[in-house]
Amino acid sequence: MQTIEIVVIGTNKPIMQTIARLIDQNEEWKAKLAYSVTEALNICLQESIKLVLIGAGITEEEIDRLKLELANQRPHLPIIKHYGGGSGLLFAEIHQGLGS
Amino acid sequence: MAQTVLHKANTRGVADHGWLKSYQSFSFAGYYNPERIHFGALRVLNDDIVTGGMGFGEHPHDNMEIISIPLEGELQHKDSMGNVATIKAGEIQVMSAGTGIYHSEYNPDATHPAKFLQIWLFPNTRNVTPRYDQIVLDKTERKNEFVQILSPNADDAGVWIYQNAWFNLATFEAGHSKAYPMHGKGNGLYIFVLEGELEVEGQKLETRDGFGVWDTDSVNIKAIGEAKFLLMEVPMEF
Repeated sequence: MQTIEIVVIGTNKPIMQTIARLIDQNEEWKAKLAYSVTEALNICLQESIKLVLIGAGITEEEIDRLKLELANQRPHLPIIKHYGGGSGLLFAEIHQGLGS
Repeated sequence: MAQTVLHKANTRGVADHGWLKSYQSFSFAGYYNPERIHFGALRVLNDDIVTGGMGFGEHPHDNMEIISIPLEGELQHKDSMGNVATIKAGEIQVMSAGTGIYHSEYNPDATHPAKFLQIWLFPNTRNVTPRYDQIVLDKTERKNEFVQILSPNADDAGVWIYQNAWFNLATFEAGHSKAYPMHGKGNGLYIFVLEGELEVEGQKLETRDGFGVWDTDSVNIKAIGEAKFLLMEVPMEF
């Protein structure tokens, strides 16, 4: 079974850790946390990354930069905004993002 | 021509955690239905029953407008902004989670369940400073009227949120009908029947049914028997 790696970008550390814990509860998923777009860009170049979730604290300008920089190198990598900060919407967002 | 979507009460997701029974009109937590993700900016409509003395431990939220409407009993709320409050039927609570908050909610009455609607809307602005508010709704019985309880405007009736949304509560006597006028083009109206029977744009609705209508300037609502209902007008694109 191949683990699906999901990058979560945000600046609120306690919420990021909660999201990581929730993602890791699914044995098929593994969260990778990035606290800035620069940090995320390095991680997202890895082929094992299948989804990017954008959490709280990331500006629209930073999201645009992320999309622009990934457009050439990982053009099919889904990048979606995460809402809610917990389990309520997370799993639906991941299923939608992965197209499952 | 108006478009519609019907969510019958018995087709909602159900989560039974013993201390919490939650009926979910849209995908939430372990309930995932790709055809039930949201109605415009309305993302969550949970019809929750919390056992006496139990509740939600501390948990986080971000970037969501969260509205709680108690229907029976009360809930005690504590959050990371220092708010400690109790809300009960006849009141409404709103949180703009923005950059992130933690809160807990529990039913302080050991013997009676607390019943409440938990409603989440996508915000029109991400990363706002978190805020909390609660108000007592007008207790004057106003039958056959739409009573506004939420809007985007701080100086308007009810609570306000970071979204172009308007909520109204109403109690209609049997046979009464009235048209609900939309505030703006591109908005949709989601009707949730709290009690009784309605006919909306020719569709019969029963207790806890949900019905969304969009691509129209107004929505005709008629009570078949006496009916209590919640109207949620939200932008369909946001």
